[in-house]
Amino acid sequence: MQYFDVVFYLFAFITVASAFVVVFSKNIIYAAFSLLFTFFGVAGLYVLLHADFLAVTQVLIYVGGILVLMLFGVMLTNKVVNVELKTGTINTVPALVLVAVVGGTFAGLFYSTWKGSAAPPTAAASTITSLGEMLMTGYLLPFEVASVVLLVALIGAAMTARRTRKLLEK
Amino acid sequence: MEAFNTFFGEFLVWLPNVQLAHFLIVSAILFALGIYGITTRRNAILVLMGVELVLNAANINLIAFSRYGGANFDGQVAAIFVIILAAAEAAIALAIVLNIYHRFQTINVDEISTMKE
Repeated sequence: MQYFDVVFYLFAFITVASAFVVVFSKNIIYAAFSLLFTFFGVAGLYVLLHADFLAVTQVLIYVGGILVLMLFGVMLTNKVVNVELKTGTINTVPALVLVAVVGGTFAGLFYSTWKGSAAPPTAAASTITSLGEMLMTGYLLPFEVASVVLLVALIGAAMTARRTRKLLEK
Repeated sequence: MEAFNTFFGEFLVWLPNVQLAHFLIVSAILFALGIYGITTRRNAILVLMGVELVLNAANINLIAFSRYGGANFDGQVAAIFVIILAAAEAAIALAIVLNIYHRFQTINVDEISTMKE
């Protein structure tokens, strides 16, 4: 066992354990904060896969953006008067069966198919240059479409979340 | 029994030797947990958290195949687009959830069953 394997198991444990808390915790705040550790663990896995730019992006966008949005959502949609932010679960048994079948099938498939995958070639020192070149050449159209999608989402979210007085008075 | 023993021996050799399949199995576990969260949670925001788990699982797969499958960066570019769309999705979905809360005073997905008052 080398350092790489030890670090992989560390990050994999952080990711999976905190994802368990996200899914099974009754307290919404605990779930939201353990999602933070899931995102950090996934960023660590990206670093192990030599995707340094994506790891930084993961921390910036998921932890800095999406998680803060989620926390705002939790705070704004619960009556703060009763401090217990609890939530129930439904369909537990069918969901367990479904998830066991799906996850077991995937894990068995991955293990049997990719078990003896060859050692990867040594990667470049940094991925930022090649990623930037690819975004500006081969992936130019999806890149531009993504920018338009982000603009539309920005305007749409602002319009949707705003409390319109005319609608309420009707 | 012998077949099981050889399988188990292979598994014990495979386990500490991290390869592509290890990353894929972590992502499979994350995906299954996300599906479980989407199915069982009653709070709309926790359903969104399950969606984020599923998207992260897909991203791990894309980047793992990009690393082990020929060392080109196509998978990483796809992962960037997944992250972009996840950000847009989270913003829109939370705006919708806030509107639902203003209208129904709850975000329990079981109780939101009418499309129009």
